[in-house]
Amino acid sequence: MYAPPVCVPLLSQTRKMDSPSIRCSFHLLVCWLFVGVGCSSVEKKIYVHLNYTLPCVRLLNATHQIGCQSHLSGNVGVLHVLESEENLDWVLRSGLNPPYLVILDSPLFTRSIMMKLKNGSSRVAGVAVVAPSTNPPDGVSPHTNCPNENTGVYTEKYDPALAHCNVTVWNPLGSGLSYEEFDFPIFSLKDDNDTKVIRQCYMDHNRAVNGSAPQHPLCAMQLLSHMSAVTDTATCMRRSDLSAFSLSPGLDTVCDPLADFNVWASTRPLNNTAKGHKEGESVVVAAARLDSRSFFFDVAPGAESSVSGFVALLAAAHALRSVTQEAPPPRNILYAFFQGETFDYIGSSRMVYDMEKKHFVVDLDNIHSLLEIGQVGLRVNSSLWLHSDPVSRKNSSVDGEKLLESLRAGAAGLNVSLAEPSFSQPLPPSSFQRFLRARPIPGVVIQDHQSSFTNRFYESMYDNAGYLDISYPPDLTPEQQLQFVTDTATALTEVATVVARSLYAQAGGDQARLSSINADPQMVTQMLYGFLVRSNNSWFQQLVPSNLMSFLGNACRFSPFRHITHSTGRLLTAASIREYRCTNFPLWPLQMFFYVWVQGAAPPNATEREGFCTRSTVRLTSALSPAFDLQEYTSKDYSTWTESRWKSISGRIFLVAGHELEMLTLGVGLGVLITSLLLTYAMSAKADILFSSGREPVNATY
Amino acid sequence: MTAAVFFGCTFIAFGPAIALFLFTIAREPLRVIFLIAGAFFWLVSLLLASLVWFISVQISNKDSAAQQKGLLIFGVVLSVLLQETFRFAYYKLLKKANEGLLTLSQEETMPISIRQLAYVSGLGFGFMSGAFSVVNILADSVGPGTIGIHGDSQHYFLSSAFMTMAIILLHMFWGVIFFDGCERQRWWAVAAVVVSHLVVSYLPEPAVRGQPGAHLRHPAGDGRLGLPHRRRLPEEPQALPHLQGHRLPACQPPAQITPRGTRSPARARTHTHTHTHTHTRSFPIHLLFKVNVFNLKAAGNSWK
Repeated sequence: MYAPPVCVPLLSQTRKMDSPSIRCSFHLLVCWLFVGVGCSSVEKKIYVHLNYTLPCVRLLNATHQIGCQSHLSGNVGVLHVLESEENLDWVLRSGLNPPYLVILDSPLFTRSIMMKLKNGSSRVAGVAVVAPSTNPPDGVSPHTNCPNENTGVYTEKYDPALAHCNVTVWNPLGSGLSYEEFDFPIFSLKDDNDTKVIRQCYMDHNRAVNGSAPQHPLCAMQLLSHMSAVTDTATCMRRSDLSAFSLSPGLDTVCDPLADFNVWASTRPLNNTAKGHKEGESVVVAAARLDSRSFFFDVAPGAESSVSGFVALLAAAHALRSVTQEAPPPRNILYAFFQGETFDYIGSSRMVYDMEKKHFVVDLDNIHSLLEIGQVGLRVNSSLWLHSDPVSRKNSSVDGEKLLESLRAGAAGLNVSLAEPSFSQPLPPSSFQRFLRARPIPGVVIQDHQSSFTNRFYESMYDNAGYLDISYPPDLTPEQQLQFVTDTATALTEVATVVARSLYAQAGGDQARLSSINADPQMVTQMLYGFLVRSNNSWFQQLVPSNLMSFLGNACRFSPFRHITHSTGRLLTAASIREYRCTNFPLWPLQMFFYVWVQGAAPPNATEREGFCTRSTVRLTSALSPAFDLQEYTSKDYSTWTESRWKSISGRIFLVAGHELEMLTLGVGLGVLITSLLLTYAMSAKADILFSSGREPVNATY
Repeated sequence: MTAAVFFGCTFIAFGPAIALFLFTIAREPLRVIFLIAGAFFWLVSLLLASLVWFISVQISNKDSAAQQKGLLIFGVVLSVLLQETFRFAYYKLLKKANEGLLTLSQEETMPISIRQLAYVSGLGFGFMSGAFSVVNILADSVGPGTIGIHGDSQHYFLSSAFMTMAIILLHMFWGVIFFDGCERQRWWAVAAVVVSHLVVSYLPEPAVRGQPGAHLRHPAGDGRLGLPHRRRLPEEPQALPHLQGHRLPACQPPAQITPRGTRSPARARTHTHTHTHTHTRSFPIHLLFKVNVFNLKAAGNSWK
């Protein structure tokens, strides 16, 4: 019943009307039409698209493929919210509407449940894990027990007793889920409005009431994450190479090697164009690792596993910047930040390879010793552990004592106690192992754990700022948070000071100057904020060249560790020259230094940023596994990790109708078609009988 | 839903029309030609109505819901009137063609009578109108989901198919009545056709849980070209938040190991989420005539 509210006033305003009744009826019609119109899209009524989804993607190496795969058009499954491990029975055996798409809360995302789902995968269409907003109380690590066990230094040749984590299991909480292969998609969802919609849909439609089966229509989800690469690296690289040379449109590159760049710098500039051995150069290498990973794509906070280490090293480099100019030590210090260490030491193996092949500024003979900063964010009882290689210790030509003395000198007078783990314990997974594979070098890896990792969330998405206890007082603006010195930052500053002093001592510097070397806690806290909380902050914005600004924005979910490390490294290790442009090239030696124009800050009363030129010794070097240069895709010596390509990744929820309704529709359709065919045939065959009366002659001009 | 629903709805919607075509029209080439010409005339009328609608939407105030609603009604009325105008134009054309055909043909009698032409042209209008009415719905019915997550009735596809069948047959009858009325100068018959056409255009969908005063979606919201349909799908209920997938833009850094893998610039392009929506953004007018006619139709339905 539609009320025509506007009719009366319109009637009174009509002037030139033919007849009032026609006018009014027309207006009545218009008014009736006014109400009850709508327009909308059919697709929007069917599907609800999920905004924030993180898939797990497929990675391949020389022998295996790991990760998840979906069908080409996505996997559709009836939603089931798993309540407990016993509830799995519904999914795997007794449920009436397979395949099911299982929604898990993160405490249930364990190896035993996932393995059961993997084995019952004909009835499992996919898994969606709801990530909590706070870390779980127990540790969980999807990585393996013994990270990088086949590409470190401890092989059967080197020392069989130490191989394969026989002595110490480094990551005891590791479930190895990241290295399993699943043939259904696994997505991670945030616990937000989307997930509420999903749970509501499940409650409304999929719950079994009083033990009876739920009625159609049922709530279902479709997850699409189809990966193009299969089998292993050799297969996918062969297919990709084929596609590069063929003109066929159907062939596409299917996988990419995991590759990026390492960042290195030196206190005394090195001639970058003269590669290979440098006469008279004796270099102390200070190494840290840049990367980490988790089960899901594009999530890898790596707070304790990598950020703590490289932030400490950056702060140490900053602390050394002035003393190395005033009283340069006899040996050079080479800072090296390696990328890709999680995946069988991509960065460090590449650097060692370059050094062996004389493609790097120094070679292995130039290395005097190596100090690596590992996981140093969670110090228990303020102690740092100095790990070294037992096999090298037995080797008399390798003098590890000097390094240990330098370290003790560096820690003197500070609130840090250094200790060494048991004599026969091998090195933890570290970049130093790749150097040892090439040459016995004295070296120490600084960690905060004595034997197994103290990191309970190693290579997991929970290894974030919250785990390091980085917390700010409430009601601080982002700018204030950037400047606030947290306790974590203070602790890490102490580590950085130890490292800086040790490096200076190891490089042969004057011991009397050691006490003047101090890391800056302000710098450390700003770096921690930028790398773990928010990368799009004012300090980082000043440091980057303008073409890299987009990496700071939150639109990119991955954190641009490498870029920012490059930029901060520039600022911290070298004097910066404020020139209007970086144009005085002929006067400045290009091969010794690296010049870049960075954005800078806007002065207080202006909006334009005042950029400036920085001169530093920080450079990038390739971090592509040598296996890809040598095209040995089944290499056992080098990392062969590649990542599959994909076309699109999405998820959506909707209702599915019962099979009966679909068949009914089809049946009705066929019935209508056949009936109309029969009727029409009958009528047209008998047309002359049916329409005999009033038949007009064919030639009527009507 | 699935292929079963797709075929079921196609057969329901086009079953009688196909049967009629097969048994009464397909054997006579002349009838086929006039059928297709009739379909073309309907299409041109829709094109003109879309053009006017598009222009008026662009120059209207997109934020005023009342104005948009008024515009919608205006669009519907305009479309119906244009269709009937083109029906009349086709009638006139056919009268002229008949004389021409008579002079050209060898025989002395008319190859095709005006009554047959009325039936054939009505069916042509019906075919095209039905196609525009139901094709978008059929396209969505192939996917795995069915309507209902926002609380609407499941039987939407079925009822749309039946509605389309009715529309096709109605066009056929309207054609016959219209031509008869024009022949015998019975203008009330012509008016009855127009009025009944307008009425049917606003017939509420019985199978869908309609709510009076259904909310008018913002035409600028997805920039659809062509007239929006008027099936009364109810507005999104307040309980479920309006979720629009926002794809995060594909970032294109140079190749780097994000802790998780590389991304070369070429690769980032492949990763761009390709959305499968059939949205058409606002077209520039000069492209109107080149655009695929099926894109002219908005989410689904025809102008009766």
